[in-house]
Amino acid sequence: MRAAVLVFPGSNCDRDLAVAFRNAGFDVEMVWHKDTDLPGGLDIVGVPGGFSYGDYLRCGAIAAQSPISGALKAHAARGGYVFGVCNGFQILTETRLLPGALLQNAGVKYICKTVTLRVETTDSAFTNAYAAGAEIDIPIAHHEGNYQADADTLARLRGEDRVAFRYLDAPNGSTDRIAGILSENRRVLGMMPHPERRAEPAHGGTDGAALFTSLSEALVNA
Amino acid sequence: MQEPAITPDLIAKHGLSAEEYDRILEIIGREPSFTELGIFSAMWNEHCSYKSSKKWLRTLPTEGPQVICGPGENAGVVDIGDGQAVVFKMESHNHPSYIEPYQGAATGVGGILRDVFTMGARPIAAMNALSFGSPDHPKTRQLVHGVVEGIGGYGNCFGVPTVGGEVRFHPAYNGNCLVNAFAAGLADADKIFYSAASGVGMPVVYLGAKTGRDGVGGATMASAEFDDTIEQKRPTVQVGDPFTEKRLLEACLELMQTGAVISIQDMGAAGLTCSAVEMGDKGRLGIKLELDRVPVREDAMSAYEMMLSESQERMLMVLNPELEAEAKAVFEKWDLDFAVVGETIAEDRFLILHGNAVKADLPLSKLASTAPEYDRPWVETPAPSELAPVPEIDPIDGLRALIASPNYAAKQWVYEQYDSMVMADTIRNPGLGAGVVRVHGTNKALAFTSDVTPRYVKANPVEGGKQAVAEAYRNLTAVGAVPLATTDNMNFGNPEKPEIMGQFVGAIRGIGAACAALDMPIVSGNVSLYNETDGQGILPTPTIGAVGLLTSADDLIDGLPRDGHLALVLGETRGHLGQSALLAEVFHREEGDAPAVDLEAERRHGDFIRAHREWIDACTDLSDGGLALAAFELAEAAGVGVTLDAGDTPALFGEDQARYLISCSYDKAEALMVAAGQAGVPLATVGRFGGDRVWMGGSEAPLADLSALYRGAFAEVFA
Repeated sequence: MRAAVLVFPGSNCDRDLAVAFRNAGFDVEMVWHKDTDLPGGLDIVGVPGGFSYGDYLRCGAIAAQSPISGALKAHAARGGYVFGVCNGFQILTETRLLPGALLQNAGVKYICKTVTLRVETTDSAFTNAYAAGAEIDIPIAHHEGNYQADADTLARLRGEDRVAFRYLDAPNGSTDRIAGILSENRRVLGMMPHPERRAEPAHGGTDGAALFTSLSEALVNA
Repeated sequence: MQEPAITPDLIAKHGLSAEEYDRILEIIGREPSFTELGIFSAMWNEHCSYKSSKKWLRTLPTEGPQVICGPGENAGVVDIGDGQAVVFKMESHNHPSYIEPYQGAATGVGGILRDVFTMGARPIAAMNALSFGSPDHPKTRQLVHGVVEGIGGYGNCFGVPTVGGEVRFHPAYNGNCLVNAFAAGLADADKIFYSAASGVGMPVVYLGAKTGRDGVGGATMASAEFDDTIEQKRPTVQVGDPFTEKRLLEACLELMQTGAVISIQDMGAAGLTCSAVEMGDKGRLGIKLELDRVPVREDAMSAYEMMLSESQERMLMVLNPELEAEAKAVFEKWDLDFAVVGETIAEDRFLILHGNAVKADLPLSKLASTAPEYDRPWVETPAPSELAPVPEIDPIDGLRALIASPNYAAKQWVYEQYDSMVMADTIRNPGLGAGVVRVHGTNKALAFTSDVTPRYVKANPVEGGKQAVAEAYRNLTAVGAVPLATTDNMNFGNPEKPEIMGQFVGAIRGIGAACAALDMPIVSGNVSLYNETDGQGILPTPTIGAVGLLTSADDLIDGLPRDGHLALVLGETRGHLGQSALLAEVFHREEGDAPAVDLEAERRHGDFIRAHREWIDACTDLSDGGLALAAFELAEAAGVGVTLDAGDTPALFGEDQARYLISCSYDKAEALMVAAGQAGVPLATVGRFGGDRVWMGGSEAPLADLSALYRGAFAEVFA
């Protein structure tokens, strides 16, 4: 199994995501934002957290125009898996691989703490190792995690079972407490919480690990 | 551009005394140019020259088998085994933060991070020790919001976890808040980079962001007292860009791998001047700079402005010329400036050329090594008067008063604005006691704490200085770490006042004694003097940042009390209430002596904790607030009630030193008792954890009520 992790100049969770992929059995290659091609034979592209281009203009907006973004979109169009965490989720909405937008937290402040999520669907390669409705503790760390979309989009996300995770108590003002969503083909997941920060016993909990083992099992069985 | 004439007024505005100016005339044998005056002022101000403090700093213990590099470089370097080293330092950004809180605090974080990665270390942890004025002072709220957001805004984007710190409030900081930023990084012990230039004719290279007019004269500003003209000083505060700093970090670490770096120095206070002089002075070389080659972001900057600009995210290095192409490619990859701006020269000269003119031509070594040094007059701090009787108080009322105060309430409003988990190696989060970060890819871990109790230092500088180190030692011990080394950030008032200088001298004595006795040498530090506004000095605040090592993360003590656990106190309780939190918060009295520190007992008790860690489920040090506050904090974190047998005020709220609160099962407690008896250390059962109420003596309250008060009090005042 092969994963690529994109590295933008302001990415700062790229190593963390690579470690989580490796611990789940992936070979991981780091891909620089100025590259225009992804390595061949990839199963999944990870878009990591951080401040891709300093969060200037809008979080993720400049990254969505970076040289690598064409290859990312082509990978997704071919049905490839994509996983965006935090700033990665913001980038996926800016590239329109996922609908909606992430606005400033309702409380205006940056928030870093561990929160409880509910796994809303197990019908995806990312979540099939969780029990339906499971409550899991995963850290958040963001200033712009307030998920908003128009009524039609929200209705579709709900109707198509594409809300992957909800906060038990939305810390950031997200509509419908949405923490992570899937693409139409269920192969692109974007989420604000950081499962890679809760994936080893030393992290104080391992609720995030199942996401990576879900993926590796799904890919082995694919 | 016509440069201003050198007048007594201009000299005074540069913070130079008449005697210092005479010394300049003596050194160069002529009147200095405007640029030269600026350079002398930058090098000789208190902030850069340590002219009032050097004599005393030399007395601190700085050596030990674990020390790879002590004070004098950008940061201290300490061996952590397996060929690895931790590189750390703490530095103040007090004056800028008071003038412009967001940028002042942000660039304080940026500066300390650069100090760490300029030595070749990747930053892995940050802390911040903050002191603000009274919570109800009209300026405090804005400062708290700005400083906390600035720290978060910079550190979060850069990508370093903020794992600890302190926040305190006292009216003595009304006109002068303190922002002390700590950073630690990880490096291979044989790949540390130093600042001493070597080789003649080697290119001097400018790296990073472009130079603007921001921060011109910042270091001189930071070396003066404040008055009501403070608003006019806003342009002397630098503006930070953490995105550039992140790229500078990655580019520097990549560059260091190429072998192109002979020496490197970050541009901090007094920017290009200070960094170039440091590199030349340490390498006993001269430096020639051609300012027309300096990347600038503003038009028509003068030599004076370029030499004194404190624009952020810049580095200066001496390059191995054979590897110039490789080095340049790294900086182009990260879209950062890379410009050869000068060279090392054999003569002892600091030669500044700009627009085909010589703007400065000074003997370089005279700018650094022979900077003025003062033996300022000082007086011993008078012994504090006897403590008048303290009335008994209902213990729950006393506890409520403490946890309702922003000083002792939970600080999650602050630390949840900092990313404490980026890098995914944080194994003990902020909240209570030391933060702990795993050494990436190993099973080792490092613990970090910052401590000082300024009330103690004011009452008794020597014991207060000792206490700050002892508390740091205990906080590291309480998570199972072996204390390794210390960085000190000495924040004091005007050193020209003998009583302030006396506080400084006393605190240094206490810190030195404690660091020696507890084997925690000082490896780096910073002195911030003139923390006064309109003649009112701050509380003397020597912040101690300390680092401990866990050779195995399995030794981490990170448990919480459980229903049925016993509560034990290691160490002797005498009930010292002088300068206590209870006295200050409840009775509004700051009286009596600081608690005495028995360094041998500290050592014995710390060693006992580490030797018997397998019987200790949860542990915390007892510091201000005493047993009552510590027991409540542990119980609250665990969500379980606690019953303390004692009900009297001195036993519950006394602040005797060398004490820990331990929670463990009955069986483990028995084993600990036996071991304590054999080791001759005092260990006593003081109560038990369980239920959903907090009992102290005959007084009680539901844990949930106290918890709501504790968790809500800070936001109540500041949100």
